Amino acid sequence: MRLKDKVAIVTGGTSGIGRATALLFAREGARVAVTGRDDRRGREVVAAIERAGGRAIFVRSDVRLAVDCRRTVEETVRTFGRLDILFNNAGVFHPHTTVECTEEEWDDQIDVNLKGVFLMSREALPAMIRQKSGVIVNNSSGWGIVGGDAAVAYCASKGGVVLMTKAMAIDHGRQGIRVNCICPGDVETPMLPDDAKKRGLTWEDYLKGAANRPLGRIGTPEEIAGAVLFLASDDSSFMTGAALVVDGGGAAD
Amino acid sequence: MSGGRLAGRGALVTGGGSGIGRAAALRLAREGAAVAIVDRNETAARAAAEAIVAAGGRALVLPGDVTSDADCRRAVEETTRAFGGLAILFNNAGITRRETILEIREADWDRVMEVNVKAIFLMSRAAIPVMRRAGSGSIINTASGWGLSAGPKAAAYCASKGAVVQLTRAMAVDHGPEGIRVNCICPGDTDTPLLRNEAYQLGEPIDQFLGAASQRPLRRVGTPEEIAEAVLYLASDDASFVNGAALIVDGGGQAGSV
Repeated sequence: MRLKDKVAIVTGGTSGIGRATALLFAREGARVAVTGRDDRRGREVVAAIERAGGRAIFVRSDVRLAVDCRRTVEETVRTFGRLDILFNNAGVFHPHTTVECTEEEWDDQIDVNLKGVFLMSREALPAMIRQKSGVIVNNSSGWGIVGGDAAVAYCASKGGVVLMTKAMAIDHGRQGIRVNCICPGDVETPMLPDDAKKRGLTWEDYLKGAANRPLGRIGTPEEIAGAVLFLASDDSSFMTGAALVVDGGGAAD
Repeated sequence: MSGGRLAGRGALVTGGGSGIGRAAALRLAREGAAVAIVDRNETAARAAAEAIVAAGGRALVLPGDVTSDADCRRAVEETTRAFGGLAILFNNAGITRRETILEIREADWDRVMEVNVKAIFLMSRAAIPVMRRAGSGSIINTASGWGLSAGPKAAAYCASKGAVVQLTRAMAVDHGPEGIRVNCICPGDTDTPLLRNEAYQLGEPIDQFLGAASQRPLRRVGTPEEIAEAVLYLASDDASFVNGAALIVDGGGQAGSV
């Protein structure tokens, strides 16, 4: 087991990549705090982990709120005694150009996708610094490295995550804390059909476009979770400040 | 080793006699892969193979020059015959010359390009048809942090490693549709014979050289074993959606100015 005796927080852990990662972390021996805004789905993920013999709690939390982030870390440390891994995964996406994007949609994406990483990391780092070890994995995107159509705020927020990852790696490496991010391409999560609907495309047409990459398909949440596990485990002990692209070759094209 | 993450797979590691190549060969073998070790230094290749066998693994020694098309073809043929297939190719053999373009001899420039870049072309050209027939495969190339940003007195090396990064992407685009994933690693300074040779080329005491190399967020150089873990990740099904990526493993050296 690659995360034996570790304690992890997974934000946005109630669906998609977050859910798959929470399940994988637990299977590799970690005790997991799953956070999100949906109680029912959160409890379902905890139940799935427990059914498989793992340990988990759900913390209802909105990463836009500092008070929620503080409570998440407090409850995790109180329950499990330490904090080794933070997966900043919670994210939202509103597909719009600069002209179409409302100010509220802009703020929502920047607040969840970027400020949420800041708020959660600010709360988690003191516990990791005390332990002289810790790993933060941020969920950026292929669109944090290259641009995409009708996605200005999303691209801005995810580009921010890539550079914030590097800045945090520089600040906290000497304290024994590694900070890396993943840059997934299109993955089979609830975010994707939602995006198709907002763009007025049929799922079939949308999928055809999304699968147009060297591997000829979109990814699964489990495949992204595999990358997060690698970065969260000691297997990546010499990695910090890196952006791991997991996109079937989309960005290479 | 039947339960390992690479159980039943054939692997070929170039430059497998020392440094990152040797560590990767041992690591892949520990996960159940049968590993062919290609190295110009037959003694070193044999020692790596013996270490694999001593740990209960399966290994094949293939002395050869990766800049020779005939040697590459023979290596792929013998590996495929011995292991029943070739699922993993780690193009790792590499050399460096710590000179500016004004200092480097043309023959040395050519040699750096041949070993670091052309060998990847030759070995991959021999291996891809085998992988294509199987409908899957994973190729990992050793690039470098200096394939993404440059360092002093290493013009040929930087040029060669930049070429490896872009060759990796081009191969990923061409062969992804055939089920073959192609990625590269970009290690930062790692405690290998190559790194120690750099200190020698530059005429610097090794302690001073390693001290300077440790100026990165994690405050140390890497170990071959740490780079080998990244190779294992890319070789394994854990990375099944990773293609065309340049995985930086450098203790934060590329993240920015400390």
